[in-house]
Amino acid sequence: MSDLPFSDIEALLREALTPVEPPPALAGRMEQRLTEITELAQGELEGWELSAMRDPRNWVRPVVAVAVGTTAGAALVVVRVRQQHRRRKAKATGPVDLAQRTLRAVRDETRQILDR
Amino acid sequence: MDKAALDDAFSELYRTHLRDVYSYAYYRVGNHHDAEDLTEQTFLQAYRHFERAVAESDGRPLRPWLIRIAHNLAANLYRDRSRKPQTNLDDSDTLRTIHTTEDLVEGRDELARILEGVKDLPDDRREAVIMRFALGMDNREIARALGRTDGATKVLLHRAIRQLEEIVSAGQRG
Repeated sequence: MSDLPFSDIEALLREALTPVEPPPALAGRMEQRLTEITELAQGELEGWELSAMRDPRNWVRPVVAVAVGTTAGAALVVVRVRQQHRRRKAKATGPVDLAQRTLRAVRDETRQILDR
Repeated sequence: MDKAALDDAFSELYRTHLRDVYSYAYYRVGNHHDAEDLTEQTFLQAYRHFERAVAESDGRPLRPWLIRIAHNLAANLYRDRSRKPQTNLDDSDTLRTIHTTEDLVEGRDELARILEGVKDLPDDRREAVIMRFALGMDNREIARALGRTDGATKVLLHRAIRQLEEIVSAGQRG
């Protein structure tokens, strides 16, 4: 083997490192995941005015209205989410990330109230 | 480019390079389970940054960018777990499935030694070898994926093959 020229080693490498086909289950799972993400992103863009998203007050109201459905519950969620706004803003890497963090906070607060 | 066109372009990128990313991931991490996770995470991250990548690519192929994402994620995986690949590649299903003909009676040991030698290469050399021989990437593509110059990549590959030759020879003598 030590006397093999580079070309022989390279031929063996090509044979040994044959491309690996991904399992069919992975391809199916990936396509489903990407479809979900694409549809989610489209839905977000359709339902939200991008200019309005710059104002955190506009992120909270529609989500709370749908998720909670009661004035008192919604108010509680809004208060809690706003209380934590400064902390989220400090952690966020940008407006979209801040919006995502706010949505998660609304969801978590809503869930806590509904679970009571 | 509007969102629908971007999504179409991403779907095309995904279809074209799923096997490349999976092959890279498999030979990089050494087992199917982690390779699946790595492939999934690579495409999810690629989707998030796709628009910017298209804008900055200036029409160049995006495969090196994809492989670079996988490369970075794999590095994170190892850093998090502080471990090397767990499965011997020569015991993998891949080798059994792909090389099933009689030539393996003679050739299997040799291929197994090559794979074992690849595993023993330093990380950067192993990556370059995987990109060249498993994915068929040229020097320029590998250079972009590894963030090196074309010249440095050529030297890296040359040294990788030379070292592999020495590893395999030493294994035969030992």
